[in-house]
Amino acid sequence: MTPNPYLWLIPILPLAGAAINGFFGRQSSKRAITAVALTFCGAAFAVALFIAFRFSSEAAPYYFDLAHWLRSGDFHVDFSFYLDQLSLVMMLVVTGVGFLIHIYSVGYMWDDDGYYRFMAYMNLFMFFMLTLVLAKNYLMMFIGWEGVGLASYLLIGFWFLKDSAASAGKKAFIVNRIGDFGFLIALFLMIKHFGTLDFPALFAKIQPLGVETAGAGLLTAIGLLLMVGAAGKSAQIPLYVWLPDAMEGPTPVSALIHAATMVTAGVYMVARSHVIFERAPSALTVVAIIGTLTAIFAATIGIAQTDIKKVLAYSTVSQLGYMFMACGVGAFSAGIFHLMTHAFFKGLLFLAAGSVIHGVGGEQDMRKMGGLRRYMPITFITMGIGTLAIAGIPGLAGFFSKDEILWKAYSQGSWVYWLIGVITAFITSFYMFRLMYMTFGGDYRGGSEHYEHSHNSHGHGHGDAHGHDAHGHGEPHESPWVMLAPLVILAFLSVVGGWIGIGGRFEHFLAPVFQSAPAAELAHETGGEGANQFTEKLLMGVSILAAFGGWFFAYLLYSSKPQLPARIARALGGLYEAVAHKYYIDELYAVLFVKPLIDGSTEILWHGVDQGVIDATVNNSAVAAREVSDEVRHMQSGNLRSYAGWVAAGGACVIAYMVWMGIR
Amino acid sequence: MVPLSYYLVLSGFLFVCGVLGFLIKRNIITIFMSIELMLNGVNLSFVAFAAQWHSLSGQIFVFFVMVVAAAEAAVGLAIIIAVYRTRETLNVDQVNLLKL
Repeated sequence: MTPNPYLWLIPILPLAGAAINGFFGRQSSKRAITAVALTFCGAAFAVALFIAFRFSSEAAPYYFDLAHWLRSGDFHVDFSFYLDQLSLVMMLVVTGVGFLIHIYSVGYMWDDDGYYRFMAYMNLFMFFMLTLVLAKNYLMMFIGWEGVGLASYLLIGFWFLKDSAASAGKKAFIVNRIGDFGFLIALFLMIKHFGTLDFPALFAKIQPLGVETAGAGLLTAIGLLLMVGAAGKSAQIPLYVWLPDAMEGPTPVSALIHAATMVTAGVYMVARSHVIFERAPSALTVVAIIGTLTAIFAATIGIAQTDIKKVLAYSTVSQLGYMFMACGVGAFSAGIFHLMTHAFFKGLLFLAAGSVIHGVGGEQDMRKMGGLRRYMPITFITMGIGTLAIAGIPGLAGFFSKDEILWKAYSQGSWVYWLIGVITAFITSFYMFRLMYMTFGGDYRGGSEHYEHSHNSHGHGHGDAHGHDAHGHGEPHESPWVMLAPLVILAFLSVVGGWIGIGGRFEHFLAPVFQSAPAAELAHETGGEGANQFTEKLLMGVSILAAFGGWFFAYLLYSSKPQLPARIARALGGLYEAVAHKYYIDELYAVLFVKPLIDGSTEILWHGVDQGVIDATVNNSAVAAREVSDEVRHMQSGNLRSYAGWVAAGGACVIAYMVWMGIR
Repeated sequence: MVPLSYYLVLSGFLFVCGVLGFLIKRNIITIFMSIELMLNGVNLSFVAFAAQWHSLSGQIFVFFVMVVAAAEAAVGLAIIIAVYRTRETLNVDQVNLLKL
């Protein structure tokens, strides 16, 4: 443990930016807002780089206690920051990708009326995300956890005048609340049984505990509850429903929050809690199963989506499933590795999608795009690189991390995980290349008159990527360089980002964090290395095959024989309908949870309890008081002698009572 | 020796007369006299008890009541004259300027 006095600067700097822009942005010029937002975000990135360059594995973990927070008997929580290899990776990803997306946002949001608001929210998000990542205890992490939820809510509902955006924000917030409930209970359990939330102290207390092999125990309960929280934040089954709707937000938001950083917080949290999960195998199995199911489930939905951002949203859910699958089989470093590469290529894909939307004037429906490679070559190339990376084409970032996960799923988990993972990889490759062919291949399908129509019906002209040229949108056009530069940088990272994992270097780097695995796990890992070499190569071959297979099918269906998809859709009939309607999950939830809740609230809580009991009590006592007073006020006639009469009558009563008592 | 109960009955009768007069009559002079009647009814029971228990305190009380009643009569009659001069009536129901 080494103190590092610079740690606290990283989250505080974006907070300062958010405060300045939030309080004074309305009066400032756009240049000033841009300067503030980029300076503070960039400064955080610079400090992060500075710390990273001085990072040494011998001195790690670093920490910094900023201030006391809670003191209650033995229990105490401080505002303190913590940096080990795991949070270092997260910190660099968040600040780096975050900074690039900030730059991109300048171009993308420039013409929006709420520009200052947007920049303030973005900086606020950076603050909370960095707090989450750099927290030294679970409660600090929870601040960040809730804070990013808030920022996410604010940014999804950024165009709150649009009804769908406002409700999407609410949906995200409410669904996350369910997850946060689980997270909170887990924290309470930790406080009750271990008396601390501090990572080093807590894990030191859990370290000596045995593995809960037989059934469930305290650690299993904590693990499962943490997973509930992670499923909410990271959009896993059954709480993933908010993420596709979150695409209502501006595209940079989708890239930063709903692809690269915030949604990976659940993965980070599970990896951070690996000490707990390693001792609760049943919880870990649940993580793996949820991750695997989510991966394939979301991927299949992605096939039939026509909104370019929805495809990417389901793809994100699916890729997050991969990360949980990795964590679930105990390969935390593989999960974090995929988290990092995913941040690069999915951030890139979203930004590129934003550039496309920008270029065609707010249209998001891929059926009205096509042929854009001629109009926007740089977006085409960078998005192509992102697609190659996510599809798992060898040599790019996604290949290394995905292959690592699949191999770990096979060797440490079961062949079932691996098989589903490979199928998912195939589907991923298919829908991503489908997206590419529909968007950039063929001829442009959106004419200007077409554009006007869709523009109005979608209501995106309000701000999403549109409006910087008042003369309207005849032709699609390439985006300005302020948007393209981040694309190019992220494309570069999507290519080289995976290379740091070659030869297990990334895993080796993270090893000090995850080395506390129980003995059995370690033996499993080291044993039979040579015998598995062949299997590993074989499995790698299969996943490469899956990637190219998906590409080939997408080419077949959407480039060479474009009439085929419609025929397949007709042939599949109900199944296609189900996929296109996202398996009717939203409708199912509406029937199962939302409608009973609304009906119950309306009938029982509102009409029954609120109106029937609470309001009735208050109102009826008021009515009773009025009616009694109505009668009694006749006593107060203002006639003095009638008062005297009452006094006399009262006196007579008292005397009668006394006489009667005396007689008795 | 006249029994105590006779005095008390007379005292009660006088007091009730006073109360009824106070409640029923509208003439302010009559009301004033009814008050005096009540006071004297009470005075009667005071002296009756004093005679019965051979205690002087009852009689002393009666003197106090008389003094207060005299003072009250002086002030009260002055007020009545003042009221009559301004309102030209002795009917209490018409002296109701302070009522809402």
